[in-house]
Amino acid sequence: MTIYRTLTTAARALRRNVMRSILTTLGIIIGVAAVIAMMDIGNGSASAIAKTVASMGANNLLVFPGMAASGGVSFGAGSNVTLTPQDCQAVADECPAIKAAAPVVRARVQIVYSGRNWVPQTVIGSTPDYLVVRDWNNLTAGDIFTDADVRNAAKVCVIGHTIATQLFPNEDPVGKELRVKNIPFKILGVLSVKGSNMMGSDQDDILLAPWTTIKFRVSGTSSSVANQSASTVSSSINTLKNPYPANTTSLYPSRDTLQANDSPVSVRFINIDQIVAAASSTEEIPLAIKQMTQLLRERHHLRDDYPDDFQVANLTEFTNALSSTTVMMTRLLLAVAAISLVVGGVGIMNIMLVSVTERTREIGLRMAVGARTDDILWQFMIEAIILCMVGGIIGIALGLLTSFLVWYLLSWPTEISVGAIIAAIIVSASVGIIFGYYPAWKASKLDPIEALRYE
Amino acid sequence: MQPPPELTQNLIELRDIRKTYHVGELDVPVLKGISLSVPRGELVALMGASGSGKSTLMNILGCLDHPTSGDYVLDGEHVSQLSVNERAMVRNKKIGFVFQSFNLLARTSALENVMMPLSYTAQHLTDRQAKDRATELLNRVGLGDRLDHPPAKLSGGQQQRVAIARALVNNPPLLFADEPTGNLDSRTSEEVLEMFQKLNDEEKITIILVTHDPEVAVHAKRAIHIKDGLIETGAYDTHVAHPVLAIDPQELS
Repeated sequence: MTIYRTLTTAARALRRNVMRSILTTLGIIIGVAAVIAMMDIGNGSASAIAKTVASMGANNLLVFPGMAASGGVSFGAGSNVTLTPQDCQAVADECPAIKAAAPVVRARVQIVYSGRNWVPQTVIGSTPDYLVVRDWNNLTAGDIFTDADVRNAAKVCVIGHTIATQLFPNEDPVGKELRVKNIPFKILGVLSVKGSNMMGSDQDDILLAPWTTIKFRVSGTSSSVANQSASTVSSSINTLKNPYPANTTSLYPSRDTLQANDSPVSVRFINIDQIVAAASSTEEIPLAIKQMTQLLRERHHLRDDYPDDFQVANLTEFTNALSSTTVMMTRLLLAVAAISLVVGGVGIMNIMLVSVTERTREIGLRMAVGARTDDILWQFMIEAIILCMVGGIIGIALGLLTSFLVWYLLSWPTEISVGAIIAAIIVSASVGIIFGYYPAWKASKLDPIEALRYE
Repeated sequence: MQPPPELTQNLIELRDIRKTYHVGELDVPVLKGISLSVPRGELVALMGASGSGKSTLMNILGCLDHPTSGDYVLDGEHVSQLSVNERAMVRNKKIGFVFQSFNLLARTSALENVMMPLSYTAQHLTDRQAKDRATELLNRVGLGDRLDHPPAKLSGGQQQRVAIARALVNNPPLLFADEPTGNLDSRTSEEVLEMFQKLNDEEKITIILVTHDPEVAVHAKRAIHIKDGLIETGAYDTHVAHPVLAIDPQELS
């Protein structure tokens, strides 16, 4: 018996009992629909959560300079000046797993505007890429400073929402000038509200300016030793400290001839406090770390047996929390799916057994006119498989419709899960095979004489 | 090797067929050595009261069952020791069955009922050819205008004619009719039996009519009586009106 004939025979047999066939598959339909809808809704929620966590910096990597030690006394992380803006540029350009990277120069200063003052939690000097890294692209008002501003160490900044409300309760801050340690900074824009981070500190309490400006005009030194009480103008490294607005800053300190002859490689005079980088995706964080470590070691001319002169930190805890949530969700859904499909399968087996009993005479007749054992086995197997497959397909359609309605009416985020669809098809086919086998086997083992006599 | 069919004169050759059922510890012999030959083109009535072993012999002749011992040659093929699936093939190719209760598939058109046996072996036929063959047979049994009718919309006689068409669809040399008129009134019975005679006359199809009814058996050229697992009368006997069975057949059934 050819497959085509078996299929048409089975389809005809099912069509003879349309209502019962529909009721039989209902278990599978509901099971598959529930799984598809839940997977879609679950996926949507998971990616919504992932997005939220990503905006908190789940994909971010922080590179700190290594620590200096003298006579067994460690000076703490960041005490060694090893990171340069060029390192940051190289990380952004040469690591494929890095989406964007920005240098960070930190300071802790008081800012003043017309009789009000405020000490922002974070004063960050960086490049416009900082907002790309932090996934903070939209500003409520105004604009971000440009790369030209960074090159020129322009006295411009953007401020976070908290500063805007503290210093400018009744006016629009854009275009105003606030003073940072007596240097006037023009406010170009106000960042959108981001809220607190996981540790509870206010991310909107931020002043963002070109790193050159913070470095050369405001802090003049690494932030690890710069605090408010010690923020006197001092820098043993940077000799070009000139806080006055009229002067433009030369980014590169001039070297004397002896220095130039001794070391053809540029001496790292300009250091930055951190590099923040964003990996292309959460999955690529380990790869990004590897690429970055390799690149920085190369750039710092470290021998293989030397330890890193920098540290890479990531927000693994976020990522782990995120992925464990997703894994839990998936497992829960799988359990529900398994139960509902087993229930559906038992329903199919039940009806198929009834069907075999009811059609005993038909089976006897088919055997009498020449159906072999396998023909009967396959006829009933195919019937069960068709029931399950059709149920699966209707279930998929119904599930997609449900998730669409949930998205459309409740505006919950949903995301079509191709994996769930494929799994639903495979599972419903195997349910058909597993639960269809016993009734089919029973049918094929009937004795034609007995079967023909059956009343 | 078996001789080719055209060399064997008899379509059916039974030699000392025995069948014993085991019921618990007991051996119950049902057929006690039946030897029988049916030439091609024969129309035989197989008669016997219930419990005579008639049904058992019928199942063996119809290749639905195999004998405990003995040899059965059907159309030149030794079929007594074939496996279940091999017997299914023999049934499909060489035997057409007509049953007392018609055994048509419910809610299935007459045409599809007739085409059904083709789906198991006739892979050389396209759907079109299978359909043509079934249509032709339904025309021949006089149901050419009822191709799409399901059994529920056909009378008993029409249903039995559909069953006959189904039995003939594979061109079998042997047609087996098990009480074909048992569920029909006398007028339609007559029609059906005349159709058997016509098929036998015109197409030279060998027909075995299993019946307990002498009225039916008179349509046969020969009657074989089974009693207690043995053949009572093996000779040609057109006057089948057996004195014992001459009474009203309704009382016997």
